[in-house]
Amino acid sequence: MGKATKIVFAVICVLFVVSIFYNTTSLGGDNSLSDAFLLTLAAFLTLAIMSFLYEDNPYYKFAEHLFVGVSAAYWMCMGFWSTIVQNMIPKISTSLSSAFEIEYTGAEIKTIVLLYVAVILGILLLMRLMPQGGWISRWPLAFIVGTTAGLNFVRYLRTDFITQISSTILPLVVNWKGFGSFFSDLSLSATGQMALMASNLIIFIGVFTGLVYFFFSKEHTGVFGKASRVGIWVLMITFGASFGYTVMGRISLLVGRLTFLFRDWLNIIS
Amino acid sequence: MKVKLVILLCLLCCFGLTSLSAQETTTEAAVDSMSTDSVSIPVPAPPTNLTGQDKDNDHGHAIELSWDLSADDGNGAKTVIQYEIFRWTPDKVGLMDQVRDTLDVIQRIIDNNTGTINPESEKASILSVYEGLSRGELFDKRRELNATLEQQHEELTADYSNYPDNGDWLYVDKVPMTIGSFDDVGDKELTNTDFLPDYVDLYYRVDAVTENSDIRSSSEPFGPVQSSGQWYNTGRSAVLGAILIFGLFTVLFVSLASKGSDLYVRPLGGIEAVDDAIGRATEMGRPILYVMGLGTAADVATIASFTILGRVAKRVAEYQTALIVPTYDPIVMSVAQEVVKSAYLDAGRPDSYNEDTVYFVTQSQFAYVAAVNGTMLRELPATNVYMGKFFAESLLLAETGAVAGSIQISGTDEIAQIPFFIVACDFTLIGEELYAASAYLGREPKLLGSLKAQDYAKALFVIFGILGLIAAHIDALSWFKELFKVAN
Repeated sequence: MGKATKIVFAVICVLFVVSIFYNTTSLGGDNSLSDAFLLTLAAFLTLAIMSFLYEDNPYYKFAEHLFVGVSAAYWMCMGFWSTIVQNMIPKISTSLSSAFEIEYTGAEIKTIVLLYVAVILGILLLMRLMPQGGWISRWPLAFIVGTTAGLNFVRYLRTDFITQISSTILPLVVNWKGFGSFFSDLSLSATGQMALMASNLIIFIGVFTGLVYFFFSKEHTGVFGKASRVGIWVLMITFGASFGYTVMGRISLLVGRLTFLFRDWLNIIS
Repeated sequence: MKVKLVILLCLLCCFGLTSLSAQETTTEAAVDSMSTDSVSIPVPAPPTNLTGQDKDNDHGHAIELSWDLSADDGNGAKTVIQYEIFRWTPDKVGLMDQVRDTLDVIQRIIDNNTGTINPESEKASILSVYEGLSRGELFDKRRELNATLEQQHEELTADYSNYPDNGDWLYVDKVPMTIGSFDDVGDKELTNTDFLPDYVDLYYRVDAVTENSDIRSSSEPFGPVQSSGQWYNTGRSAVLGAILIFGLFTVLFVSLASKGSDLYVRPLGGIEAVDDAIGRATEMGRPILYVMGLGTAADVATIASFTILGRVAKRVAEYQTALIVPTYDPIVMSVAQEVVKSAYLDAGRPDSYNEDTVYFVTQSQFAYVAAVNGTMLRELPATNVYMGKFFAESLLLAETGAVAGSIQISGTDEIAQIPFFIVACDFTLIGEELYAASAYLGREPKLLGSLKAQDYAKALFVIFGILGLIAAHIDALSWFKELFKVAN
């Protein structure tokens, strides 16, 4: 550990302690010391994660490992207690229910059979830990992947194929009463004739050229290539809009974190 | 003083007269109202031609009813304001309801949820009987009552056929005036009070009701009619058609590919770059980081990612380059381990396979990101490959990879995340290109055949779209759009 590192570490320790005392006095109450400690720890971890913007450093590593360790343990416990203990044991075993100090509720025979199927598949999944029976773990994996692929096949065909065709079948000419009527009312209103016709045209061209771009069996040259270029433009414009929309959401997350630092921790803003 | 007294007396007189007048008016109004209610509203004409049939395309337990409106609904005396629907129900259904109430109370005791029972209700008296029992006794009682309910249900068919003996008309629902149809949709669960049995003779009656609910007229009873479930939902024929067409394409192209036909797939920029990136990593002596995202093994993007991982792992095994695969989901980790192991075996280097190549990090989204970002900066991989399902972590990962100076190739079908990969990665597979990549890389007949099937399905989509565009302008072809309507 270099001299500069030691100095930075010492400064951070001092600031940590000062922050605890400062927040203890400002928070007040019976648990002010523990609350101040937790508040300071939260602020320290926030800043430690943000320090990654500068470069990788020991404080980031500390926060990262703490975060990963705590979350992994948390989700493991949640998985065990909420899935196995809460959902399975009370339905299948009185003795296990009393061992875990939860109430035995029982279930219909078909539910119990299905639960045992899940238990067997879970045990088969763990067989990979055995050198001799590792191949058995492929069966539950095949079951999981195959079942969901089959279920999704019907769902995707319905929503992404048939419903999409139905939604694309739109008239390009809407409420047509002649050119005179059309040009006399060139309103940009969303329900206006021009906006509706333009909207339908964009949907049709967008879907058509987008599909051409995702057609892999033909080289994108000539007219096909030009349609494909239009398709990628449509995609990029869509992605641009999506990008801006999502960035605004992320900014609000940053604002939330800065509010925590400047209001809850430092009391600089009200 | 006298003036004040006179004014006060005058005010009192005015108040007294006004009150008297108001009282008289109220009395007159009440009399008028009574006369309107009981005298002036004539009995309306009844609804006629009541018919019913089993509701199509459902799991059963439902009847569609329709009738001709009363002559006094909107016409004639215009006195009908609504129609009330009644179903003839054997007396035994009342006994079944008592059993259901008891079951409900027992369940509430088991769930510690008896607080919402009205103290003056029937259920409160049931509660007083059962609340002292132990849980074991409650479970026994529940089992016994369920058996009773099943037995009563079995006897119900005979009871329904006894119409009109030993039963009564049960109010079902009402519809407003001008509506001449109603779907009587019951529940399929025997324990529910709305349970409507299948395969029993049901009888219905519809009443035309006036403002005064006592003044009404009933239709001729209709029946018997039976409800039943259907195996095939005709409203979803379009889905079956699509499955058959897609299945046919897939079988056709898979068999063609198996026979060695040269099925052309256009080069994909991002995938062409994978081999170059693996070569770069080998030359630099740095590892390749393969991130599969947050998807589960059930997601199509993750399944496609497994295939690409297999290809990358095989090349990595051939070139003896290091591979790092941090995973978010334990099942994905298991599958990925199998995929990498098989790839090393295929490459003829099973001894080089290291189980720690694929490892589990955590199932917390941002903790996973923190760990992968740390790995990127410490291991400095030459190439980062992001293939699978990504969410808010996409830009965090891709930006860190860019800072670390890695070549980055990404692919996802999450529309909202593609923009972030496009701006931060060197190559991006957009949406379906990810699926195509797995077929393109593998050149396996099954994958290639399914990719070709997808392409021809898209071609069909375009054809249907153009035909639909024409049909949308011609009234006589309005049926064309109906072909693609799917019932819920």
